[in-house]
Amino acid sequence: MQNEIIYMDNAATTRVDPAVVEAMLPFFTEKYAVASSQFSHSPGIEVREALDAARATIAQALGAAKPEEVIFTSGETESNNWALKGMARAFRGKKNHLIVSKIESRSVLDSAQALEKEGVRVTYLDVDSDGFVNLDQLRASITDDTFLVSIQHANEEVGTIQDIDAIAAIVKERGVAFHTDASHTFTKVPLNLAETPADLVTITAHLIHGPKGIGALYVREGTPIAKWMHGGFMEFNMRGGVENVPGAVGFAKAVEMTSATQVEYISSLRDRLIDGIMARIPKAELNGPRHRRLPGNVNISFHYAEGESTLLHLDMMGIAVVTGSACFSRSLEPSYVLMAMGKTHELAHGSIRYSLSRYNTAEEVDRVIDATAEVIETLRRISPLGKDEK
Amino acid sequence: MPIPYSEKVIEHFKNPRNVGRMEDYDAKATEGSPACGDMVTLYLKVDEETKTIKDIKFESYGCASNIATGSIITELAKGKTLDEARKISWKAAAEELGGLPAVKVHCSVLAVDTLRAAIRNYEEKHGLVEDREPTTVEVVEKRLRHVMNPLTGLDIVKTHVVKKVDVSNGVVTVWVDLARDHQFANNIEQEIRERLEPLWDVAEVHVIFNDDEQE
Repeated sequence: MQNEIIYMDNAATTRVDPAVVEAMLPFFTEKYAVASSQFSHSPGIEVREALDAARATIAQALGAAKPEEVIFTSGETESNNWALKGMARAFRGKKNHLIVSKIESRSVLDSAQALEKEGVRVTYLDVDSDGFVNLDQLRASITDDTFLVSIQHANEEVGTIQDIDAIAAIVKERGVAFHTDASHTFTKVPLNLAETPADLVTITAHLIHGPKGIGALYVREGTPIAKWMHGGFMEFNMRGGVENVPGAVGFAKAVEMTSATQVEYISSLRDRLIDGIMARIPKAELNGPRHRRLPGNVNISFHYAEGESTLLHLDMMGIAVVTGSACFSRSLEPSYVLMAMGKTHELAHGSIRYSLSRYNTAEEVDRVIDATAEVIETLRRISPLGKDEK
Repeated sequence: MPIPYSEKVIEHFKNPRNVGRMEDYDAKATEGSPACGDMVTLYLKVDEETKTIKDIKFESYGCASNIATGSIITELAKGKTLDEARKISWKAAAEELGGLPAVKVHCSVLAVDTLRAAIRNYEEKHGLVEDREPTTVEVVEKRLRHVMNPLTGLDIVKTHVVKKVDVSNGVVTVWVDLARDHQFANNIEQEIRERLEPLWDVAEVHVIFNDDEQE
């Protein structure tokens, strides 16, 4: 990617930290053996130790009681598929009810729908206009038949951070297993599994400047989830297949490179961007809450300017963002997250998401504010909408 | 550039021609809505004697291809007689733009429909049209030829996505050869409704997908 590009799509994926690449490289050309048991050859044992060390680093960052509770997967999509389908399988014939929220990631929602076709009953919880799950509805939805509640830690589109402790407490009080997709909060929003009683937690590397293709599912000891990938005893007999050691090492290195100072820095850029746009551009609405919001998330709807056109203009100015507009989506439907929050189609079509990382700067933020103001003014000038209100 | 649009589309998107509001228009039409994310308003100034389009302007709320097609269609229509302008097809507009991605073809249809609606509004205002025609299966099929399958960019009648049409007592039923959970099912249903619901003698529109029937 050219240097002059201002990349603000870090909720889709992030640039890999050069230190992460550095840490991974030996595991392609030197330490390439399969991670083996302690009775194997020396190269295999050396790689096994690296894999164990990576697991320990990630387990510690999660506050896991034991490293074995961290099972490596290929990422968020796989971990979410496993959490839902693995639990459904474990409870088949015993319990048949699953609860998710309406604004879960596609991998949770699509897995839930796939399970529905297999006969599982699914409750989709409503969210309020800021994207917060309705806790009363959650409480009322749990029955003796419920085998799993899956509610994300934070939403990648509008940045809403759920009250995960309150949710976990409600679910665990009823003795039901609780899964949370923490892909967008891991290392950014505190989640300590020594205190929060989640049973299954999804995390992924590529959203924290780690490599793509590696993630993990935290499985609290004693959680009766079914084995996921058949083909060997790897990953504590949960997920067969040769381990992605370079990925795991890179994931752990990425975790080590994070810090609370970075989170503060990214939050300050976020606030600068929100305040700048809201001050400069009339008829703009922030989607998602002002507080309890992901450090790097800005999502704003601009009236009378369609999102794909805004995106394309910004792209031509070297700025990479995304929109919740139907024109942009693969199904030609507006963002289901914004629709679940009760926003109108027009607000969804006019929404732009900027997602920041530690590689963004205040100077970039200021240039993006200027560029957005210019683009929105251009599009409103040619729009049939909004002129009579001026 | 990694954008799936032709250079000409981008050029018209960046610098749209004939854009803006006209105050002393002879006819005006709006198609689409902010809800569906695509909306075009078109204004005509017509020479009453020669029936030629003296001036034309458009406003657009929509994606790049929507803006670019609005721009190109006003260029094509300017100076033409109403009869000539009515014959400008969405294909001609798309070709003039150097082609459009399949998923964006419906945007060019919208612009063409807006031009035709504006011409019709002019003719109605000036007593140039006969009585309203009743909705028949043929009328419905003609309208549905303006609904594009986003997967192919081809109309849903020609490509047999529409299996059957029934019109009785103001109720139009369209059977669609797609599963209800098809990627574009909701989009196609919405487009069908937008084409048929405005017809003067249509009270209800039903869109039936393959799996709906089994239930």
